[in-house]
Amino acid sequence: MKLTTITAAVLLTAGAALAGEVAPKDVAFNGGAIEASLTGAPGDAAAGAKIMTTRSLGNCIACHEVTALKDAPFHGEVGPSLDGTGSRWSEAELRGIVVNAKMTFEGTVMPAFYKVDGFNRAGDGYTGKAAPADFPPILTAQQIEDVVAFLVTLKD
Amino acid sequence: MTKLTSIRTLAALAVAGSIAFGGVAQADENAELVVNGEITLVTKTAAPDHLKDAMDTIYSGWVFRSDETQAMQADDFTNPGILDAEAGVELWNAVDGTEGKSCASCHGAIEEGMKGVRAVYPKWNEAAGEVRTMEMQVNDCRKTRMGAEPYKYVSGQMGRIVSAISMQSRGEPVNVAIDGKAAETWAKGKELYYTRTGILDLSCASCHEENYGNMIRADHLSQGQINGFPVYRLNNAKINQVHDRFKGCVRDTRAETYNPGSPEFIALELYLASRGNGLSVEGVSLRN
Ligand code: HEC
Ligand code: HEC
Repeated sequence: MKLTTITAAVLLTAGAALAGEVAPKDVAFNGGAIEASLTGAPGDAAAGAKIMTTRSLGNCIACHEVTALKDAPFHGEVGPSLDGTGSRWSEAELRGIVVNAKMTFEGTVMPAFYKVDGFNRAGDGYTGKAAPADFPPILTAQQIEDVVAFLVTLKD
Repeated sequence: MTKLTSIRTLAALAVAGSIAFGGVAQADENAELVVNGEITLVTKTAAPDHLKDAMDTIYSGWVFRSDETQAMQADDFTNPGILDAEAGVELWNAVDGTEGKSCASCHGAIEEGMKGVRAVYPKWNEAAGEVRTMEMQVNDCRKTRMGAEPYKYVSGQMGRIVSAISMQSRGEPVNVAIDGKAAETWAKGKELYYTRTGILDLSCASCHEENYGNMIRADHLSQGQINGFPVYRLNNAKINQVHDRFKGCVRDTRAETYNPGSPEFIALELYLASRGNGLSVEGVSLRN
């Protein structure tokens, strides 16, 4: 699973979405939700948990507390605890929130993880330099699906 | 206030339940900063009028730091930044440039000549027709009066001279003017403060107005006040100037940053300073 994720990341950095994947600009929202998997396949919850705690990937726990991930240090308080989020939201809604939370929560500070346009002064990672024209989204389609697969397991 | 209080409640709960969420910090909004047992600094006060719609109370970044860091700043023997300020006094007195002058040649002893100056900067300069930061003024004197090379805007020497000057206002309330000719620059700074940048799409307000008191990863978010600048940071073990910190925060939104000394950061500095009107100048503060 890890290897698959890495391959996907490398390909996307090269500027192309994998065959059969929905590219960031083609994502279809239904309100705040996205019905279909971005890869056409279910994600891997264990990989999703890793992405959520990895600083260079989702870094979700920078802002959210998640009891199931409490082995990882430093959970933030900027967003609500994600405990029980899988009971509050459907899979499609969770996918929408991770892809672009502003479609669900107007004006939220939560970043959009699968979006490549409409930014002001987009940077090249954390270098402080301008991003290349074809910069990739923060997470790949596969990584989004992995995170969603983990989030649906967070039941009350 | 409510935010700080709720954090303390959370921290207490975490301890009681021995939940191992890392880095839950406590902020005691009633802690007092008394330096060397004699100078009481204002670290919490009523927000200036222009900020009343956003918040009631303003806090120095000192309030949000750990007990240890707070204590280190309260004693000049344990605050490493004081050494830089002392080195800055030597620069003040050193002759440099083609005119054979030092800062002291025109301004006299730094304790006299620079008293209260830091508290009113950035400031409109009528002759130049621009808002100037301390750094800009230092370099203008070096060039036009001393015939010396300007310092790099963010540099060891600039950090030290600005530290030395700032110390001469320690304990005085920040009091920058935002009206008259400064108003236009101030408005530009305000707009920048609320403009989101970068791939994370965050503004200064996203973190420092909407979320102060909250943990973001291992950091306890403050209001991002600049009354404590320049600061000595334990993280990089040196003096950090205001624009250096701005650059780091903008970079952390995954954005293309502005440069130290740019018109954008000058405007942002004037606006930020005005959000702290009423807090004490801390001289050289200590942060992690
Ligand atoms: C910079 C802060 C920040 C980051 C990083 C962040 N979030 Fe959020 N998130 C928020 C905030 C704030 C909300 C609440 C929405 C609002 O009212 O603005 C939220 C809401 C949510 C919700 C809905 C919670 C509920 O149950 O109501 C989910 C699910 C979620 N985030 C998942 C994630 C995931 C997964 C990641 C990482 C891939 C992530 N977040 C990263 C700030 C953040
Ligand atoms: C993603 C979150 C985030 C954003 C956005 C952000 N900052 Fe910060 N900032 C921090 C953190 C974390 C710290 C260190 C802890 C603290 O003092 O809040 C910090 C510290 C500061 C400090 C030092 C305060 C002190 O007392 O030492 C200043 C000044 C500051 N920020 C200004 C800004 C400005 C101006 C902007 C917008 C251009 C900005 N920040 C945007 C997270 C952020």
